[in-house]
Amino acid sequence: MGGSGSRLSKELLAEYQDLTFLTKQEILLANCWLLLHPLHPSGSSRASPSTVPGTQAHRRFCELLPQEHRSTEESLHTRVSLEQILSLPELKANPFKERICRVFSTSPARDSLSFEDFLDLLSVFSDTATPDLKSHYAFRIFDFDDDGTLNREDLSQLVNCLTGPGEDTQLSASEMKQLIDNILEESDIDRDGTINLSEFQHVISRSPDFASSFKIVL
Amino acid sequence: MAQPLPFVLNVPEIPEDHDREPSPYDESEVHDSFHQLIQEQSQCVAEEGLELRQRGLGAAAPGTSGSGRQALVGPEDAAAYSTATLRILASMPSRTIGRSRGAIISQYYNRTVRLRRRVSRPQLGGVGRSARPSLRLYDLELDPAALEEEEKRSLLVKELQSLTVAQRGHMLKGMPLGLAEKRSLREESRTLTGKPRERRGRRGLFPCCGWLRDTCVLVGASGLGWAQGRQVGGGALVPSCPLGGLSPPPPPPPPPAQPGSWGLTLLPFSPWCPQALHGLGLWLLAGLHGLKPWRYALKRIGGQFGSSVLSYFLFLKTLLAFNALLLLPLLAFVVGVQAAFPPPASPGPVPAFTGLELLTGGGRLTHTVMYYGYYSNSTLNPPCVPAPDGGQCGRETDGLPYNMPLAYLFTVGGAFFITCITLVYSMSHSFGESYRVGSTSGVHAITVFCSWDHKVTQRRASRLQHDNIRTHLKELLAEGQLRQGPRSVCGRLRQVAVLGLVWLLCLAITLGCTVAVYAFSELMIQSPVSAEQGGALLALPVVVCLLNLGAPYLYRGLAALERHDSPVLQVYVAVCRNLILKMVILGILCYHWLGRRVGALRDQCWENFVGQELYRLMVLDFIFILLDTLFGELVWRLISERKLKRKEKPEFDIAGNVLELIYGQTLTWLGVLFAPLLPAVQIIKLVFLFYIKKTSLMANCQAPRRPWLASHMSTVFISLLCFPSFLGAAVFLCYAVWQVKPSSTCGPFRTLDTMYEAGKVWVRRLEKAGPRVSWLPWVHRYLVENTFPVYLVSALLLAVIYLNIQVVKGQRKVICLLREQISNEGEDKIFLINKLHSVYEKKERSRGGRTQEAERLEEDPDAR
Repeated sequence: MGGSGSRLSKELLAEYQDLTFLTKQEILLANCWLLLHPLHPSGSSRASPSTVPGTQAHRRFCELLPQEHRSTEESLHTRVSLEQILSLPELKANPFKERICRVFSTSPARDSLSFEDFLDLLSVFSDTATPDLKSHYAFRIFDFDDDGTLNREDLSQLVNCLTGPGEDTQLSASEMKQLIDNILEESDIDRDGTINLSEFQHVISRSPDFASSFKIVL
Repeated sequence: MAQPLPFVLNVPEIPEDHDREPSPYDESEVHDSFHQLIQEQSQCVAEEGLELRQRGLGAAAPGTSGSGRQALVGPEDAAAYSTATLRILASMPSRTIGRSRGAIISQYYNRTVRLRRRVSRPQLGGVGRSARPSLRLYDLELDPAALEEEEKRSLLVKELQSLTVAQRGHMLKGMPLGLAEKRSLREESRTLTGKPRERRGRRGLFPCCGWLRDTCVLVGASGLGWAQGRQVGGGALVPSCPLGGLSPPPPPPPPPAQPGSWGLTLLPFSPWCPQALHGLGLWLLAGLHGLKPWRYALKRIGGQFGSSVLSYFLFLKTLLAFNALLLLPLLAFVVGVQAAFPPPASPGPVPAFTGLELLTGGGRLTHTVMYYGYYSNSTLNPPCVPAPDGGQCGRETDGLPYNMPLAYLFTVGGAFFITCITLVYSMSHSFGESYRVGSTSGVHAITVFCSWDHKVTQRRASRLQHDNIRTHLKELLAEGQLRQGPRSVCGRLRQVAVLGLVWLLCLAITLGCTVAVYAFSELMIQSPVSAEQGGALLALPVVVCLLNLGAPYLYRGLAALERHDSPVLQVYVAVCRNLILKMVILGILCYHWLGRRVGALRDQCWENFVGQELYRLMVLDFIFILLDTLFGELVWRLISERKLKRKEKPEFDIAGNVLELIYGQTLTWLGVLFAPLLPAVQIIKLVFLFYIKKTSLMANCQAPRRPWLASHMSTVFISLLCFPSFLGAAVFLCYAVWQVKPSSTCGPFRTLDTMYEAGKVWVRRLEKAGPRVSWLPWVHRYLVENTFPVYLVSALLLAVIYLNIQVVKGQRKVICLLREQISNEGEDKIFLINKLHSVYEKKERSRGGRTQEAERLEEDPDAR
């Protein structure tokens, strides 16, 4: 397709706009953002982690554009490895970052993201995505063993992610048991000892703060 | 009997094979195996059937009592299931939806069907008291011959095809599938419709024309770019195609079926220029992304401090919007018109500009569009330009007089009405967002599932969030244990005493402040200052601001004495006390202005005085906020870092800061009648405040340690803005319009008894004017002066509120019923699985016994 000057053809851009909850600007920003990392595998993200992430990405994007000429095909099929995605400033501090990447990855080994996977991720975490979609993916992110329900192990892993990585920061065993019992008591409606997607979505639907907190600003 | 059981094959009792993803195909096999097993067992377990019925009854009858259910199914029971039972449970359709693609597709197929049939909810009449749901309702998923993924997919595609384009797009967007999957679904659902193909064919023939047409459409539509950008971005302020005239962005209707084919057919015909321009346009577009007002600032705040602090800044933005809404009609119909046709200059000498005016609002500023007194009480007409045919001029001025008093009254009234509607709407919206039916239960689950703020991007902030969540969870657990153990009578008495004492002290402080303001205002009336002594005018506002600044610190000190159980309650109590103080002080000031000042300033323009007083209050309020930010945050941080060697920074006091904003907004609303440009001043103040607070926050503060329900608090804020603040200002203005005599020397209403008279005079003139507009006096007589419509409207409002309450009650009841139904179904499921399991085990044992016998028989001959 066109090739010179623009990475994403008009048709592709329109298609992405139709199929995701992203605006055109966000898609373009995401494109450049992701392309950047294969180009500088170790440098830019670690060089200045403390500066403003948004303006940083934006500036990098702007200085990158004029000299760079890559075809769309190439950029679409480039897969970015998990480590590179995890070092993105927006995901760096997130305790669920590995899970998020795994859930959205379409590669067989679940260890890399293509540009489209990345767009999927951003779409789900965007402002306009439906609460239904958000809660579906939240469920899959929290389902650590990918078995389709949140059982006691999933819940305890989830609580550990929330309370912090260190040994001393975790809840004691009795507290954890008490907490998980309470959670199951509150949300396991059909009393089968685990929380399935519908039950999870039922709980989430009662919390107005979920939609505003399950969001990543590009 | 003799045939091998598929049950054995499907339920391998090996715990290690968790990684194998069971497909919906397994599901159907499990169903088949149940079916067979049940059929086999049906003839030989007559006595067991009896037992089953008995136990079934036993389980169903005490279903309402609850105790029996608790004994039957609890988390302990769940742990006791064998691996086989767990395995069966894991293959139930309710669980596969969370992981398998086929299940997702089939769920969305169902939704699409529902969307098409427009049946959003099952009939509630069919829901019995403790009815067990019929499995037939879910025939697609529980059908013995469960469909495979491919079939489900084709069904979904068929359903999608029958939807309209917009519905299909919406449906596809919301599906939790990957992009590639969505794309192929879209392709499949589109190829059969035929319409795009036709379009593509036409393009193939006349590609150049097509391209030209598209470009024309786009250039024409680029004016609409703003609306589009807003629609797509969800509140985004950047137009989606600002350079529509230069570069052709993709057309609004969806592009043709094969991506790329369009571009390829186009290439030979179109010159390179559009391509390059397209690239440039896209580049600029992405650049504009960064110009969205305060986007990165808000992102940064959200990233460092989380949603709670962000809610303050969002509230500030909302206030800005409200002020813009108030200012625009005033600018258009009152200020702009009066500035275009200035009244004759006042005879006195124009005072020189000293700079103090910016603080006092008096002096040079007094006779400007800023204040009420400047506006003329006559009709404004364009100066008569001698037209080619002389008679035209006179008739035009007769036909279109601009009645300034009317414009003033109606514009202020209209702007207030619009604000009121917007406020009530946003309040109801916010209530709908934050209070869901049945949201009171399930704190633990909601905390665990919803409390992580994914916006946070900084390591430090993330650590802080970990700490907050941990503390909150521990508090929740401790609270649960606390609730179980009753507190001693003595301790409770002591707490009540402390609470009462603190409240008494707070009310005493409030009373003291009120008396101080009242006494001071009386003093100001006793010793009148002339307009030239600008500095002395500032005394009353300074006192008010000092009290407003000091009292909250006293309250905070007192609040340290009472130990509230929940931090949320503490915040609410603090908000309540500060609000009482501010409203009482403002009430006293209003009385001072309308009750005392009007009498004291007989021969002067009291409206100007009130407008200036409000201007002074607002400016000083801003200065005191700055001082508070400087000393309360910056100096305190320096002291605590340098002297006390503590790592902690002061917390950002969200509630206090929001109350300051609400107070400032109340001042604006109070003053808008007397100083029409006050909203502009407020806008400038808010913009400055945003940057100052942001800088101070970044440098000096840390995120609040307490968990903070952002949406609940923003609902509370907006209702506080509506209820005491806006309502109070509206009452004040209504009183001023209907009851108080306007001053006779200045302003648009100088000849009238009340401002409302302007409307009456106009209606009378219309009555005289002739029968053409006779409906207007009629409307006035029967709808405005008659009290009946007011009663009717309030009765309607009450009826709507009552209906809403009943609907919510009904929803709550239905939720209870459905919950009961689900838990009954869960019981059934578990009971049946256990039953099947025991049957199976028995059979296994008997078979094992038989084989043992057979073995013994086989061994026996050997022994013989």
